[in-house]
Amino acid sequence: MKIDLFITCLNDALFPQTGLAMARLLRRLGHTVRFNEAQTCCGQMHFNTGYQAEALPLIRKFVQDFQDAEVIVAPSGSCVAFVRDLYPKAAEWAGDEALLAQVRELGKRTFELSEFLVNVLGIEDVGASYPHRVTYHPTCHAARLLRVGDAPLRLLRNVRGLSLVELPASDQCCGFGGTFSVKNPETSTAMLADKVQNVMGTRAEVCTAGDNSCLMHIGGGLSRLQSGTGVVHLAEILASVESGNTDVLDTARVSAEGLV
Amino acid sequence: MSAGGIRPSQPFPDAARETLQDAQMRRNLRHATTTIREKRLQAVAELPYWEDLRTQGAAIKDVVLDNLAEHLLTLEASVKRLGGHVHWAQNAEEAQRLVADLVAAHGVSEVIKVKSISTDEIELNAALEARGIHATETDLAELIVQLAEDRPSHILVPAIHKNRAEIRELFRRKLGAQLLTDDPKVLAEAARVYLREKFLATKVAISGANFAIADTGTVCIVESEGNGRMCLTLPEVLISVMGIEKVLPTWPDIAPFMQLLPRSSTAERMNPYTSFWSGVTPGDGPQEFHLILLDNGRTDVLADAVGRETLRCIRCSACLNVCPVYERTGGHAYGSVYPGPIGAILTPQLLQLDDANANSLPWASSLCGACYDACPVKINIPEILIYLRGQITPHKTPNVESIAMKTAAWIFNESYRFEGAIKLARTGQGPLVQHGAVRALPGMLGGWTSSRNLPPFPPQSFRELWRKEEQREQ
Ligand code: SF4
Repeated sequence: MKIDLFITCLNDALFPQTGLAMARLLRRLGHTVRFNEAQTCCGQMHFNTGYQAEALPLIRKFVQDFQDAEVIVAPSGSCVAFVRDLYPKAAEWAGDEALLAQVRELGKRTFELSEFLVNVLGIEDVGASYPHRVTYHPTCHAARLLRVGDAPLRLLRNVRGLSLVELPASDQCCGFGGTFSVKNPETSTAMLADKVQNVMGTRAEVCTAGDNSCLMHIGGGLSRLQSGTGVVHLAEILASVESGNTDVLDTARVSAEGLV
Repeated sequence: MSAGGIRPSQPFPDAARETLQDAQMRRNLRHATTTIREKRLQAVAELPYWEDLRTQGAAIKDVVLDNLAEHLLTLEASVKRLGGHVHWAQNAEEAQRLVADLVAAHGVSEVIKVKSISTDEIELNAALEARGIHATETDLAELIVQLAEDRPSHILVPAIHKNRAEIRELFRRKLGAQLLTDDPKVLAEAARVYLREKFLATKVAISGANFAIADTGTVCIVESEGNGRMCLTLPEVLISVMGIEKVLPTWPDIAPFMQLLPRSSTAERMNPYTSFWSGVTPGDGPQEFHLILLDNGRTDVLADAVGRETLRCIRCSACLNVCPVYERTGGHAYGSVYPGPIGAILTPQLLQLDDANANSLPWASSLCGACYDACPVKINIPEILIYLRGQITPHKTPNVESIAMKTAAWIFNESYRFEGAIKLARTGQGPLVQHGAVRALPGMLGGWTSSRNLPPFPPQSFRELWRKEEQREQ
């Protein structure tokens, strides 16, 4: 399949290893991947914070950048949910019928990585190896907007050497919420404190999720407490193989250590 | 003073900063919301057709909202036909005056009240007090809040933030009750003894309404303690204040709500007391009945095609109990009788998006979506939050945030600008990075680093790495 990578602005700037891992994984599974360098940001931050006039050009730009993509895959449940769920709302609220038709059609071709692997490709074992104790945090947008369900868990259960430990109260929001964490820092911190406690209680080496924004938040809290638990994006775990691919293990360590 | 009104006295982040300090309240709240959350999930799981029921509930409410004026006129005609009186109140002041005049006309200075959030919305108790009329709350939790001279912090369990020991002490002080233990039964008995006397001696009662059925002129109150039943039947005069969105077209329309409401609010299959009354019946119950139809901003909410969904709300409080923000900050942080997720969208809209403090409420959410999943009438609260943010932001005076956001949008509009900005940030971040992490950010971003580290910009962005990778491939 010809796959267009939607890397997302946050991953591009701060977590390049995640995008790379996703690209390598999809290639390993036999697909052709493409990265259209014109892409930047889906506009979620602006739209969700109230800057809807500023978000609209970014939405139109996204439509243009991905207009001839067969499928679009991203390592972010949140950005995919935004494209699929809120692009139509944005078009509706702006009264733009043409855009509405375009984004409805585009939404059907846009997927978060784990749902793409499990629900579209029908793969649950990607041949990865990752000998670590791992706990999984289901991010709110992937769970409640995209309804990815247990797709990420199915993938993780098939990773060689990985021991998956359940995260208590996993469905509780970590408190990131985009600009919420900046505008209501105390409340966000109170939510984070509980999440971090639960993660530490699992004694996992690594906490994973399908979104680096939530992981940045959780990892930031874990590292402030010098917990010794790192955060690694699901794509990086799935891209890891037994030998020869040290990059990914390295980047996993980098993302854990980089925060300490 | 349990009547708190809907105008927050400060912006949400400031109010939350205060309430977050109260560790006891946070423990009480966590305990209560966790328990009810689990119970609700069980109660809902018992009905395999729960999702259909939600769809049906939402659809009925939408039918009502599409033709609200017509249903209200039918309701008015039906109530009058059955011997009741109907009054229309455009705002809180009008409603207060209507009630106070009616009470004064009967020459009494004492009234009893059934828990009614619409009377809290219009700050009725204070208004009555100003006219020399004392109102006694008869719902146990409302009574606790009233005696404590506190404000309710939950729409269903107004005293959710108080524990038993605190309540025992309060009853000792205010009711002179010598209580040996803080066993809930003992506490409830003390309140019962106090209230029984009020029920028997008071001539005028004031209630809210959960639903009103237009074609039969029937008003409905749903409650758990029986105090409502007492108020609705014993006094001679009954005055009910009802938000105009509470009307339902026909009798069968109430059926889905009788399942949706108790399971969503108290996680019960059925609530203990449901009272229906239609006008007056000679020799049975109150012989004078007044229904006050309260607008207070609702027609403005109705006029907004996106926001009007808010008026489907049946005040079940399920969204509060699942909300991670509410669980931490408590109801008082919302500064309105409508706290939690529903408060975050209803309060600013009732105030026509005109109140700066209320306008901070749509940001009091991480947009996690738990409220939408829980809402029995499928109000898409996260979407309305985002919509309201978009309505409010353009009217704010330009500030650091708006300049930053506009600059960011300009950067994102061209990929070369974006790439340049990443490079610039990478070189500029130098002094901020310590031991591989950003630990303190300046200005409005400082809130982030007060409790979290941030990863620094890595040596290469994805697009830079990608170009190299592609070269290697070739
Ligand atoms: S918004 Fe929905 S969940 Fe919240 S109180 Fe209203 S009906 Fe209940």
